[in-house]
Amino acid sequence: MEKPNIYLPYLMKIAKITEEAPGVKTFQLHFQDPEAEKAFTFKAGQFGEYSDFGEGESTFCIASSPTRKGYIECTFRAAGRVTSGLASLEEGQTMGFRGPFGNTFPMDEWKGKNLVFVAGGIALPPMRCVICNALDTRENFKDITIVYGAKSVDDLVYKDELKEWGERPDVNLVATVDPGGETPDWKGEIGFVPTVLEKAAPSPENTIAIVCGPPIMIKFTFPVLEKLGFKDENIYTTLENRMKCGVGKCGRCNVGKLYVCKDGPVFTKAQLRDIPAEEY
Amino acid sequence: MEKRYISKEGLSRWFKALLAGGKRVYAPVRNNDKVDFKPVRSLDEVADDYVQTTQSAKSTVFPRAEVLFSYQKENGITTLNDFDPATVPETVVWKIHPCDAVGFIPLSQIFNEGYEDILYKTHLEKTTLVSFSCSHADSFCFCTSVQGGPGETTGSDIQLTSLPDGGALVEILTPKGEALVQLSAESFEAPKEDEDKAQYLADVPIYFQLDEIRNKLKDAFNSDIWKKQSERCLGCGACAFVCPTCACFDIQENPKGSQGQRIRCWDSCGFSLFTQHTSGHNPRAVQSQRWRQRILHKFSYMPDRINIFGCTGCGRCSRACPVDMNIREHLTSLVK
Repeated sequence: MEKPNIYLPYLMKIAKITEEAPGVKTFQLHFQDPEAEKAFTFKAGQFGEYSDFGEGESTFCIASSPTRKGYIECTFRAAGRVTSGLASLEEGQTMGFRGPFGNTFPMDEWKGKNLVFVAGGIALPPMRCVICNALDTRENFKDITIVYGAKSVDDLVYKDELKEWGERPDVNLVATVDPGGETPDWKGEIGFVPTVLEKAAPSPENTIAIVCGPPIMIKFTFPVLEKLGFKDENIYTTLENRMKCGVGKCGRCNVGKLYVCKDGPVFTKAQLRDIPAEEY
Repeated sequence: MEKRYISKEGLSRWFKALLAGGKRVYAPVRNNDKVDFKPVRSLDEVADDYVQTTQSAKSTVFPRAEVLFSYQKENGITTLNDFDPATVPETVVWKIHPCDAVGFIPLSQIFNEGYEDILYKTHLEKTTLVSFSCSHADSFCFCTSVQGGPGETTGSDIQLTSLPDGGALVEILTPKGEALVQLSAESFEAPKEDEDKAQYLADVPIYFQLDEIRNKLKDAFNSDIWKKQSERCLGCGACAFVCPTCACFDIQENPKGSQGQRIRCWDSCGFSLFTQHTSGHNPRAVQSQRWRQRILHKFSYMPDRINIFGCTGCGRCSRACPVDMNIREHLTSLVK
């Protein structure tokens, strides 16, 4: 058999659409070809190229957990041409998916450790995959802390899951909204993610921190983790450089000698020391 | 490697045999003041009074725009039509220079590293490179500084060195080259033992030591030299489009009603939109950052990653630049 065309997407049926926040939707996608579905595997941290035929492709992580078989999910905000096109699709319609691409969070190496997730806004999706994976294999990990913030209560994504995580005795969820983004019945924290993280003060002992968010949030979160005593080797993040091909050829996610799509998107803070911060 | 001699008449006969086999033959063709690779039907069309074609021959394996697949939406059902390798014709690139042929090596590494690119692979498999060693060089050429040379054979399937009698010395370098020779085996004669290829090669006037420059680049990211060098850069991307090793591309949609194509087309790290996120954030928002990327990618990142320079010293970028940015001057000024 000829080697497949790496640019040819799988055809996916949109099985379910969830409105997460203003402009933000989650699509649950099923493979149209049962054989493709059977052969498909991925790991937490990987991403794909999602396409609306007629508009083009856009890059998002796979937001569902590999432990939940038979479908993948993606969460995106309608912002540009492709994401607006995707957002206009309806349940039952067809779209394209290429993937999985990129490296993974080394969850096997994290067995027996505490996990601290720190996420802001629309950056919870790449982490949701890891969180759900960890919760589905809960016995592998010790304490799980999730610090998640958004501009406003309305902007928090995965509201149902946040509620579920908040109710679980084996998860410490700290949800926060930026000052002014709270509603009268908001029971979570009010403040920016780095500040709230510092207050929550998770112990760095035997702990892995996973940080995803807008560049500005990451910039202010790293020093807090450092202050709390986290080593660079134990802090993970994902880079979100613009991509097209997803397979290390088109050149646009090149930072230093690395390609974010192929060598990343998951990096430790220690690895980022070799990449000029200006480049992402 | 096997050597032969081919006479002027033999060349003409062989060239006809290439065309008779139904192959697409690309060769340098003059169009006013420019010479570029075009499909030809006779040896008479091939230009011979030039130093360098404006564009490299990379478009024969990496077309400027190429359909990755096409799609059709009908009654709610989407169907995809995959790229079909059978549509790619057998191609001969005639009279490619050594600096262009050697450029296919980094291209192949990029398109085959990790994930194999079936489009590129198909083009390459069906393409035979007949290079002509260089008898002329100008002040833009610097192949010998980047491990090449006017008689470099790496990347070529056959190399010819033109002789004053109108014939040529022939070096058959690969099985693909041999197959091409077999199309008109009777045109090839025993090698001329008394002829030394070296005496027909151009003297490349420019030479500089790249090792020292490469070392300097390791710590040059924050240097203010990028700003100085690129102050006049227009960000037009001409340097990338004429470059034999620039492989960056964009993926775009070409919709027509309910059907369309997904295409890839050449792109350049010199363009401001190249790295711009949807949010508006752009890691390379100014031209000096993009110029730095161009130099570091070719002379630092590529050697570090795949042990090869992203430059063959063809000099095209310097010839094409509308504001006379000269890559050789910019490289050598790093160690001044």
